[in-house]
Amino acid sequence: MKETYYPHPTTLFDKVWDSHVVERRADFPDLLYIDRHFIHEVTSPQAFDGLRRRGLRVFRPARTTATADHNVPTRNQHLPIGEPLSRKQVATLEANCAEFGIELYGLGHERQGIVHVIGPELGLTQPGMTIVCGDSHTSTHGAFGVIAFGIGTSQVEQVLATQCLLQYKPRRMRIEVNGTLATGVTAKDLILYLIAQLTTSGGTKHFVEYAGSAITSLSMEGRMTVCNMSIEMGARGGMIAPDDTTFAYLYGRPFAPKGYAWDKAVARWRQLHTDEGATFHKVHTFDASHIEPMITYGTNPGMAVGISQPVPHPTDHTQAKALEYMGIEPGKPLEGHPVDYVFIGSCTNARIEDLRAVAQLVKGKKKAAGVTVWIVPGSKQVEAQARAEGLDKIFESAGFQLRQPGCSACLAMNEDKVPFGKCCISTSNRNFEGRQGPGARTILASPLMAAAAAITGRITDVRKLLA
Amino acid sequence: MIKTTCIPLPIENIDTDQIIPARFLKATTREGFGNHLFADWRYLPDGSPVADFPLNDPRYAGAQALVAGKNFGCGSSREHAVWALADYGFKVIVSSFFADIFRSNALNNGLLPVQIDQTLLEALFQQIEANSRTQLIIDLAQQQMHIPALNRNVTFDIDPYKKLCLLNGYDDIDYILSRREAIEAWEKYRSESFPTKTHI
Ligand code: SF4
Repeated sequence: MKETYYPHPTTLFDKVWDSHVVERRADFPDLLYIDRHFIHEVTSPQAFDGLRRRGLRVFRPARTTATADHNVPTRNQHLPIGEPLSRKQVATLEANCAEFGIELYGLGHERQGIVHVIGPELGLTQPGMTIVCGDSHTSTHGAFGVIAFGIGTSQVEQVLATQCLLQYKPRRMRIEVNGTLATGVTAKDLILYLIAQLTTSGGTKHFVEYAGSAITSLSMEGRMTVCNMSIEMGARGGMIAPDDTTFAYLYGRPFAPKGYAWDKAVARWRQLHTDEGATFHKVHTFDASHIEPMITYGTNPGMAVGISQPVPHPTDHTQAKALEYMGIEPGKPLEGHPVDYVFIGSCTNARIEDLRAVAQLVKGKKKAAGVTVWIVPGSKQVEAQARAEGLDKIFESAGFQLRQPGCSACLAMNEDKVPFGKCCISTSNRNFEGRQGPGARTILASPLMAAAAAITGRITDVRKLLA
Repeated sequence: MIKTTCIPLPIENIDTDQIIPARFLKATTREGFGNHLFADWRYLPDGSPVADFPLNDPRYAGAQALVAGKNFGCGSSREHAVWALADYGFKVIVSSFFADIFRSNALNNGLLPVQIDQTLLEALFQQIEANSRTQLIIDLAQQQMHIPALNRNVTFDIDPYKKLCLLNGYDDIDYILSRREAIEAWEKYRSESFPTKTHI
């Protein structure tokens, strides 16, 4: 194998970025090669139209994979989609993939699911790659030591046409979290804590590398949750150096290298780390033992506090408007605040580990009266695995609805909408006004906190149920 | 050169879910999003206009510039947000900060993000409050924005490559396609030096 020699201490980010630069000129964006491109039904139709208008074909069709996730129903997926516009959008994706020779894991396919869940699950996401998708949470794939970021539809068209993007290199930020997370505190709490500390614009213009013992001791699923929400602090993306946890996760996955090729790949992937002495434009250090279960109270993911902390008094018009929208009073903790809906799903927290954690907590218990609980698995494979492990039975007897895979109430494009004025505790990543439906009020939290609220009907410190 | 009045939206962190809510993303073309721009702020649930929302205020009619609070366009990468703003008739967005993906989407669609400092932005909001017909004169070639009422002339940043694209009407695909040979040569080099790099 050819070892790459780095004359200077180099960051993980620089190693991956620089190895994908096709051309670099002064005062000009880098021409960056994209290894893998994911597309879905919502942000791709206008890109294919663009190709047709220009008379172009897809340059490297094997490097693009498609799925239908954002705008699909989560019940009766075997039937034609009822809503005409949604049906047309999914049909357009099917027609485009057929016309341009792109692999599609569409509705009903055993590999269908949320785009950021299926990439890693199938082993399409591999260390050292560049990955893009017309979706801001593409940052999820960074958990594998990948440079992954969201793009707009014009750029989807560019990647389809050329497999490249013009990009200025972002600045490097390192976020180190040392120590150990306490019982009941999860990867989701960790990232909500970081965003609350750094604010929703704290990462702008930067690409983050997460490091430290609290990060390296996370499972791949936990790492994906952390990287997923990098965009919520405004960062271009976030990544974590691959290690044995990464390799163990990838081994044997359908698109992972096999046999001798696997050994060679792992040897190469082991070089993907930040060298001692490499420098960053910004470094932040945190202590994991300071983190408790987190909860949001406002209308952006940075408006979050630890469960025992009071909701802060607003200091400006924007914050006051957020509290008014949420119907939340400042000055006291949110514990005890009633919830109407519980949504366990999305590319942040709908993997098998998330479902297992929820099942373990609710086993033998029942949801509170008047609360609606939706569990929407991240993919067909997660759904199948949950059923194989009997989690569906646990959810059923708790009164939870186990739905079929898709983005669902994370963005409420389909019919899974939280009604006007109702409060939903959600494991997704955005609590923007109306994100889960017009007038819906969203409180972001971990799957454990969401499960606890499902049982009590109120915002609850999950540690009290675990004790 | 654009000479226009403006509509103020003095709210920070306006995310793309507010600019165009997800339920309007079902279209498969780029047209028609303007009617749904800021839908949940602009219309009541029964579809009637919210009287005090600036886009519904007749005093601002005809404006081609939107002046918005800090961190405009954060959140989802949906380019539909830019299509909605452009379809509504905006040519320029003025703010003290733009989210990265939004900025890039805007430039890819000929919508000009003009970033000014926070103090000037606040002064501009006050000025529009005092006079709803406050004019802005934007000169892309010179990278200048002139606010006659404040007697201010500010220079704004724009990536020189993107400026060239906007002024000449070409886009990234035109450029990247011209580099096709380099891309193919690079692919060949990489597959030879890292034969197991990707398995696709
Ligand atoms: S689950 Fe939500 S955040 Fe994730 S890709 Fe789907 S819509 Fe986007």
